[in-house]
Amino acid sequence: MTAPLRPTSEAEIEAIVAEAVAARTPLAIEGGGTRDIGRPVQAARAVSTLGLSGVTLYEPSELVLSARAGTKLSEIEALLAGNRQRLAFEPIDWRPLLGTSGEPTIGGVTASNASGPRRIQAGAARDHLIGIRATTGRGETIKSGGRVMKNVTGYDFAKLAAGSWGTLGILTEVTYKLLPMAETETTLVYEGLDAARAVDAMTTALGTPFEVTGAAFLPGEPSRTLIRFEGFSASCGYRAGRLSDMLAAFGAPERLHDEASQSLWTAIRDVRPLGATGSDVVWRISVKPTDGPQVVARLEAEVSARTFLDWSGGLVWAAIDGPADGGAATVRTLVAMLGGHATLVRAPHGLRAALPSFQPEAPAVAAITAKIRESFDPAGVLNPGRMG
Amino acid sequence: MSAILMPKPDQRVLDRRDAIIAGLAKLVPPAALITAEDERRAYETDALTAYRQLPLAVVLPSTTEEVAAVLAFLNAEGVKVVARGAGTSLAGGALPAEDAVVLGVSKMNRVLEVDTANRTIRVEAGVTNLGVTAAVQHLGFFYAPDPSSQLACTIAGNIGMNSGGAHCLKYGVTTNNVLGVKMVMMDGTIVEIGGEALDAAGLDLLGLIVGSEGQIGVVTEAVLRILPLAEGARPMLMGFQSAEACGACVAAIIASGIIPVAIEYMDRPAIRVCEAFAHAGYPLDVEALLIIEVEGSEEEIADLIDRITAIAAKFEPSTFKVSQSEAESAAIWKGRKSAFGAMGRIADYMCMDGTIPTGQLPRVLTGISEICAGYGLEVANIFHAGDGNLHPLVLFNANKPGELEKAEAAGADILKLCVEVGGCLTGEHGVGVEKRELMVHQFNRIDLDQQMRVKTALDPQWLLNPHKVFPLEGRPV
Repeated sequence: MTAPLRPTSEAEIEAIVAEAVAARTPLAIEGGGTRDIGRPVQAARAVSTLGLSGVTLYEPSELVLSARAGTKLSEIEALLAGNRQRLAFEPIDWRPLLGTSGEPTIGGVTASNASGPRRIQAGAARDHLIGIRATTGRGETIKSGGRVMKNVTGYDFAKLAAGSWGTLGILTEVTYKLLPMAETETTLVYEGLDAARAVDAMTTALGTPFEVTGAAFLPGEPSRTLIRFEGFSASCGYRAGRLSDMLAAFGAPERLHDEASQSLWTAIRDVRPLGATGSDVVWRISVKPTDGPQVVARLEAEVSARTFLDWSGGLVWAAIDGPADGGAATVRTLVAMLGGHATLVRAPHGLRAALPSFQPEAPAVAAITAKIRESFDPAGVLNPGRMG
Repeated sequence: MSAILMPKPDQRVLDRRDAIIAGLAKLVPPAALITAEDERRAYETDALTAYRQLPLAVVLPSTTEEVAAVLAFLNAEGVKVVARGAGTSLAGGALPAEDAVVLGVSKMNRVLEVDTANRTIRVEAGVTNLGVTAAVQHLGFFYAPDPSSQLACTIAGNIGMNSGGAHCLKYGVTTNNVLGVKMVMMDGTIVEIGGEALDAAGLDLLGLIVGSEGQIGVVTEAVLRILPLAEGARPMLMGFQSAEACGACVAAIIASGIIPVAIEYMDRPAIRVCEAFAHAGYPLDVEALLIIEVEGSEEEIADLIDRITAIAAKFEPSTFKVSQSEAESAAIWKGRKSAFGAMGRIADYMCMDGTIPTGQLPRVLTGISEICAGYGLEVANIFHAGDGNLHPLVLFNANKPGELEKAEAAGADILKLCVEVGGCLTGEHGVGVEKRELMVHQFNRIDLDQQMRVKTALDPQWLLNPHKVFPLEGRPV
């Protein structure tokens, strides 16, 4: 493939798409190139959004920021940190797991609907995304949403764009609502629980009013069950204290504060607890939290998976080494039985070309998806096949 | 009838009314089919009462399968369908049409499953908003979106309109609190999207369905997120002598890193009416009033109130009062939540629902006053200050010829102003029939065409709630 095209305006993107439609030559869409997930796109040309860069609006007192799609996430986070604000959905950095380089962009964060451990309390990118501009596969640039916090005017295409992996349009600009950075954070660490007990502790914690913002289980010797609080320091201390009283049956937790807590959750966000992944295939499995332990047990027994749990058990990260299908048969059967979905996030190109990375949809749902995609990209020129 | 036009009913459908009713009678029990004119009258309007249309018939299915059978039949017959929850839409979202069948979800009102460990509840879509909270409150949980009509409005309607409420500053709106739906497409296909997992596979179809105003499918069941009740909550009242000081105070609180669970604003005319109705202890000698609510333990509440007090002092509030009892808190919220009803006792009104960037507040308030004065009408302002969602109530007298039209024109000018300053036409009520023709001020032809393409893709004949959301001109069907 030749070097990616690097348009610097919506007009240039529109022209590129129009040309691709006319010539029937699909385009691979990329931002920073850090999230190489999904079926490898067969495209003659790649289009990079890196030429569309820069924050176009930042109003700290209104908790809102707009940026062109190719703006580096690190640039945005640094700008926000200057006002003690943040994107509350804690977007994952895929580079350590996928072995990619480059800089994550806000467009990539959006197109992949990124999230992190705070998902259980704050939601994902889609819950904070309030406006988009995107060039569809018709070579037309549309907008949806805007820069205000509450907006139900017209269909919510911002939600559709989040997690569409570049298959509906090429994002050109996105607008997010922001939240204040927490003054401090505290993590309770319980040692030695098994997965089932850990999920019991974590789901109990999430059923209390103490505003838990992270709940993860890391197997090991000893295993660690982590429960995070964020906010003003007196409040964090109070909530951590009340919760550890309530969870006395699970042991006496150690408390981690500030940097010690932060670095732990950054590692969980970026899937580092799986350790060196070598040649393993890695799955991201989303189920209801109380099903987490069963997923772990079955995958350990049947395909010798190494796992850890985030989202109080609702997110299972699993590394599998061995089966020719990367454990797909086992994972898909399990998820079909329990409800939920699994994404093959890391695998050799050959496997990703042969197997759907995303959860296959029920036929009636797949039909809806196909009709929507057809309405945005009738010629199928935008990242065709990437989502399966 | 005023400025908003309904298309001429399809005479071919009207002519076949008897056959259509006979067909429906084969699909649902007799009690679920309403055909007599006096009984259909109950469904001729919603909370936008200026508009009335007697529907062809009303059908009230009890199961998803009945909904599927009804839709498949009407799809084959080419008959329009208006899905209806409780009919509380302020935007005419549930306004029927003479050639349309109203499909009400009121009989599908069971709570199916409560799962506190996973913080979810599965309900039929006709359950009321407050009914969801009622089902889990004894377990220490609640359902967060809280539109003022929450006693009556249904989850089906909340999903259709992506409803918000006073407390969404912290907890988000409907779309942030729905995990899955069971839905019937116009051709009768039943689909399940999402579920109890935190995120769903594939394209975010839920995100599209929520807020699609009944134009994509009929939702019959939903999995909702429930949240643990806070240990305690306390509102406070803050009165200011100018809207500017009040707006600056809100911005300063948010900039300090505090996100209260609610920040509600009322201007002088709204305060007067709400106080007369609810005896909430609102000050009558201020230009602008804030109700700010914080949550947590006693200590956390005290700490947050101290912080907010210190910030507010810089803006010299002329009244500052923290609720001292449960009864006082209830009265404060009663005043706010009954504001629309209280206003309705003294005048007819059009309730607007634009959202603006919060920094534009003083400019927009001045603009609203000028617009209404220009039409010789009074206005009272009530809104969610934390997120810029305005509810100007344009007051008029429906018995005075021409006043409704004037109020509608003033309302339209207000919404255009909201768009001009970077905001939108509707923050939580929906476009419905009311703001349909204003969509061209927020979206261009390309934007609207793409939205309508999605509608066409999923409902090719445009049978589901067709007269809403999009301007009548320029439609593909």
